[in-house]
Amino acid sequence: MAELHGLPPDDLLKIYYYLRLTRASEDRVIKLYRQGRVFGGVYVSNGQEAISVGSAYALAPEDVTAPSHRDLGANYVRGLTPREYLAQYLGRATGPTRGRDGNVHYGDIKRGILSFVSPMADLLPVAAGCALAFKIRREPRIAVGYFGDGASSRGDFHEAVNFAAVLRLPVLFICNNNQFAYSTPLARQMAVPHVADRAKGYGLPAVIVDGNDVLAVYTATKAAAERARAGEGPTLIECKTMRMRGHAEHDDASYVPPQLLEEWRAKDPIQRLERTLREAGILSDAEEKRIAEQITREVEDAVQFAEQSPLPDGGGVTQGVYAV
Amino acid sequence: MEPITYLEAIRQGLWEEMERDPAVFLLGEDIAVYGGAFKITKGFLEKFGEERVIDTPLSEAAIVGASIGAALMGMRPVAEMQFADFISCGFDQIVNVAAKYHYRVGTPVPMVIRAPYGGRLHAGPFHSQCPEAWFVHTPGLKVVAPATPEDAKGLLKAAIRDPNPVIYFEHKYLYRHEKGPVPAGDYATPIGVAAVRREGRDATVITYGAMVQQSLEAAAAVAKEGIETEVLDLRTLSPLDTDAIVAAAEKTGKVCIVHEATQTGGLGGEVAALIAERAFRALDAPILRVTAPDTPVPFSPPLEDAYLPKAEKIAARLRELAAF
Ligand SMILES: Cc1ncc(C[n+]2csc(CCOP(=O)(O)OP(=O)(O)O)c2C)c(N)n1
Repeated sequence: MAELHGLPPDDLLKIYYYLRLTRASEDRVIKLYRQGRVFGGVYVSNGQEAISVGSAYALAPEDVTAPSHRDLGANYVRGLTPREYLAQYLGRATGPTRGRDGNVHYGDIKRGILSFVSPMADLLPVAAGCALAFKIRREPRIAVGYFGDGASSRGDFHEAVNFAAVLRLPVLFICNNNQFAYSTPLARQMAVPHVADRAKGYGLPAVIVDGNDVLAVYTATKAAAERARAGEGPTLIECKTMRMRGHAEHDDASYVPPQLLEEWRAKDPIQRLERTLREAGILSDAEEKRIAEQITREVEDAVQFAEQSPLPDGGGVTQGVYAV
Repeated sequence: MEPITYLEAIRQGLWEEMERDPAVFLLGEDIAVYGGAFKITKGFLEKFGEERVIDTPLSEAAIVGASIGAALMGMRPVAEMQFADFISCGFDQIVNVAAKYHYRVGTPVPMVIRAPYGGRLHAGPFHSQCPEAWFVHTPGLKVVAPATPEDAKGLLKAAIRDPNPVIYFEHKYLYRHEKGPVPAGDYATPIGVAAVRREGRDATVITYGAMVQQSLEAAAAVAKEGIETEVLDLRTLSPLDTDAIVAAAEKTGKVCIVHEATQTGGLGGEVAALIAERAFRALDAPILRVTAPDTPVPFSPPLEDAYLPKAEKIAARLRELAAF
């Protein structure tokens, strides 16, 4: 059967599975939120799953990612389970932060996922520091820092990119440019047309990719990763996409022009890959059905697991401030 | 043992830890080729190489963030802030990323930030501050402030070996004005343990940093008048040695808290409250404070002189306490 972008059918189907698992998980959490069963806010990556999934799929297990708040897809690719994801949203003791933190603020160092922190762009210098450790120890590993167009206005983004460029660190900076930061459109975020333009002054290559084309994201990341692993330093990858829902689920995004959403709905990354795979004879109706059923099972199992998991014991609130 | 300077003690501590543990490395502005603004790391580049003694861009957020990332990857970074005043530019990384990481997800962040602080060098409002209270108010950080060469070396070693982020406040005036013996061989001064510098029965001074020497001078002056002062050097500002504080307050019933930092919201208020809560019945006089006034640190020598708490001011308060 056909290979696409150097990927055999098995991998292509896995990528398709991760895209759909991400959307299904987030849709399920939205439903729980509407039912009042989630503590706090809900942040999803609807419409931009291809960025996380495509880029993370190009990494090696020993690499490290610093996810942002719309990177569930990358976390899944790196081994996070739907059970952990749901337990995190429901504030359970079985979640990755054991209820210490909520919703998208988690990670798992054992699987090379740094734990997302709220201040936008804060993990970009941290990702550079991971890469610094790899460089000092001469390990062929890379670090990836994810961020949004809004985050690219922060000093920490600029400091991280410059620091990494000067020290030629094996780190990738992957931007989801979804054209809005909360309600703020791109034109209020920067006076240049592309986030990639912001890299020019720092002397590192920046590439622009169609963020709704998962295979294009995969290919661009693969190339940048190889470059970084060869000691040639960091790359910035700007993935153009559109945020298809509100900033969070409490936000109806009435400030987004409806026709813009219509335009982008036609470019949905999951449907797009599905069409490609069907045309190449890689995805059959039967296979599609099998994947859909598997995902439904996994997500429902995760909801059950999370709901049956205990909440953390309030008595432990002062424990673990310090490592011993 | 030949007495050495406080600066030499820090240099020795760093040097020995780098020899002991290949995971220890240094990063900061001008620390490699130039040897640091205060020449503490002079000769380190030649001995340890440019992968372990790293000159960085002028970028405190990147320095701190990169330290966090490297620490998460198993390194033991020691970052230098050229002046403690500029730590504010990396503040968010310290309080939001480093300090909270272990509590949130249980992963330790073993790193040290060296922060040269304090006045009396006529260095003005941006090169003389004592910003320790910012960090003492942040759970998850350890904060130390040695007063003697022995502690400067011992606490630095303890900080480097500690699995938590430690802010190490080294007083710039003490660098070349404080000399003393350090123990032969390897030793570490435990974090979280205060030291009694002088025994007394009439009044207690609780202090740290450059004010230890000033307090001892004041104690010697009033001793000639028959007032015997107990001087407690906190050494660690977070977590506080609360038992030692309570014991020192109970011993004399008359307490004066001394720090070079400005008064409002300073550590003195916390120590006073602790004594009021736990040793109220032992008190024979109001708790007094000798601190800098609530102004920026002024530049011109007569202004700075009027600003800084010194032995004469402390002695005057001790006489007040004795007469109460
Ligand atoms: C430093 C900081 N300021 C403000 C916020 C509040 N906030 C959370 S997400 C967000 C917008 C982020 O936009 P962008 O980086 O483009 O990411 P997107 O949500 O579009 O994926 C804001 C303002 C924050 N988390 N951090």
